[in-house]
Amino acid sequence: MNIHEYQARDLLAAAGVPVPRGAVARSPEEAESIARSLPCNSFVVKAQVHAGGRGKGHFQDGYKSGVHLVKTPHQVRDVASHMIGNTLITHQTGPEGKPVHAVLVGESTDIARELYLAIVLDRSSGCPVIVASQQGGVEIEAVAEKSPEAILREVIHPGLGLQPYQARKVSIFLGFPSTGLRAPCRLLHAAYRLFIEKDCSQVEINPLAVTKGGDVVALDAKLGFDDNALFRHKEIQELQDPSQEDPRDLAAAEHHLNYIGLDGNIGCMVNGAGLAMATLDLIQAAGGKPANFLDVGGGASEEMITAAFRLLQGDPAVKAILVNIFGGILKCDILAQGMVAACRTTPPRVPIIVRLQGTNVEAGRKILKESGLPLLPAEGLMEAAEKAVAAAAGKKGK
Amino acid sequence: MSVLVDANTRLLVQGITGKSGSFHASACKEYGTQVVAGVTPARGGEKFEKTVPIFDTVSEAVAATKANASMIFVPPEFAADAILEAADAGIQLIVAITEGIPVMDMMRVRFALREHSCVLIGPNCPGIITPGACKIGIMPGYIHRPGNVGVVSRSGTLTYEAVWQITSQGLGQSTCIGVGGDPIHGLTLQKAVEYLHADPDTKAIVMIGEIGGSEEEEAAEYIQSRVKKPVISFVAGATAPPGKRMGHAGAIISGGQGTAQAKIEALKKAGVRVAETLGDIGEEVVKALRK
Repeated sequence: MNIHEYQARDLLAAAGVPVPRGAVARSPEEAESIARSLPCNSFVVKAQVHAGGRGKGHFQDGYKSGVHLVKTPHQVRDVASHMIGNTLITHQTGPEGKPVHAVLVGESTDIARELYLAIVLDRSSGCPVIVASQQGGVEIEAVAEKSPEAILREVIHPGLGLQPYQARKVSIFLGFPSTGLRAPCRLLHAAYRLFIEKDCSQVEINPLAVTKGGDVVALDAKLGFDDNALFRHKEIQELQDPSQEDPRDLAAAEHHLNYIGLDGNIGCMVNGAGLAMATLDLIQAAGGKPANFLDVGGGASEEMITAAFRLLQGDPAVKAILVNIFGGILKCDILAQGMVAACRTTPPRVPIIVRLQGTNVEAGRKILKESGLPLLPAEGLMEAAEKAVAAAAGKKGK
Repeated sequence: MSVLVDANTRLLVQGITGKSGSFHASACKEYGTQVVAGVTPARGGEKFEKTVPIFDTVSEAVAATKANASMIFVPPEFAADAILEAADAGIQLIVAITEGIPVMDMMRVRFALREHSCVLIGPNCPGIITPGACKIGIMPGYIHRPGNVGVVSRSGTLTYEAVWQITSQGLGQSTCIGVGGDPIHGLTLQKAVEYLHADPDTKAIVMIGEIGGSEEEEAAEYIQSRVKKPVISFVAGATAPPGKRMGHAGAIISGGQGTAQAKIEALKKAGVRVAETLGDIGEEVVKALRK
């Protein structure tokens, strides 16, 4: 789950990580009054969207950049009035952009050094790991590629937690003098506590700034949360902003479907994440492009199948649908009933290729055959993919 | 011979009174698995399907029935606790089917299990089956057939797919293990390959991987240095879109590892036969055994 920058900032501040002064505004008036309350003479106004690259982005109406540096509260108001209610387009949002409903107004910081700090979960050791680099403010992948020695990875013992010597080690690696380790160490402990307490999948502070005055502050931060643990964090669930999500993803989430929108034209419905991934591979091997990843799960109900089917039918990009099911817990006859129910209410708009295998497969095939619906059966995996690719191309040619 | 489970395995089911727990306990029993006990707190003294005694705690169940394996269907909120309870009661094989356990919980569980000799399979896995002898999990039993091909996989339905192709070729399986799809889990691909390699009844090993993490690479290294039996592999997610991943720093940690291409390369280098597409696994197994 993703949250806004201002929400991440508030969580960090509450955990004891220093952040620049400021607050979120939902109207130009509010933005101005926040600026007036800040004891500084230079301000940053940042559009709040779930995407990176805001500084280099532009708004739908041509207004430039989602991050502005201004001198007066009046100018803050002016910038906010351009941003709020507008749509910001960056290299991460896609051409349709993301709506801006709020801006973060903050004091501008005199930066002496920009560092990188993250806490993530390391899969192979099964432990949290701190990732640190003196090269902050840029994408860490770029640093990893060019100068991997500039990155420190400090593995944390899951039973003991972050130890003081480790915090000192990371701080020294980040270039803090041995007489000035207190502030960075305190920040590290606070960030680690936040990581554990909120079941984060990542706490990434980039840049972590050292100001000209010598303070250490988190200038920008990205927090990720473990979806599996959201049940015990109602306060995090409430931070969700549906206006920032792909509507297809929202519809899928409502029915507990595991869905990722892609940019091809063959809709897929598969059970099991591994089989769903392999099905995308098959479609591309057959020369086609999938419109989505959709895993209906091992134990899907008839209602879930119906919802999944409607979702695919409702996507205008979809020119053919490939259903690939290996019945385990999800029995083939249940799947067939769900599909027939969905087709009765929403008649098929595109060719549907169905490949069934596994539990109750004969019963499932029989239900589909007797339904009289125009479904193209396939037995083999490659055969199914090829039929789907041909069907999608045929539709396009008309 | 087989790996980890056989006809003598005595299974207890944690969460046996729940919807999936009862459904699959029943299916395992029907397959021939010795289901000797169930555990659901506050339901001790009852009977499952009139024959299987239910206990409040795992240790009571073990003392009364000599159960040595546990299958866990407890909801995600309580699953970590259930795994620890099983380990503490001396259960040697814990199969956690539950999907959706918080990652932090599994991190602590994995750490705590270092003090125990038990094997944890999963969580978020289909389980383990020795065809014709013992099924612990949610896989459809009838697609399997006793034989000599060992199967290990990170994905449930992909395991079924591979098993079905092997069975359709007229072959069978020694033991099939689904290690689970969660980032932090118990038994690794490499460890499963080690077990299958040590099993005299396994003549060939099928290993099915997917993108993320580096277990396939680690298994490949082991295979290259130790494994004499033919290994056939398939890796799902070769065309998965970039950017839909764990996040920035996560990608750095695996640095270069984690993509299907890197895994396939490592496996090929180790002399593994890598099936080009999912539909080719069965035929590759036949070819490997013919050699």
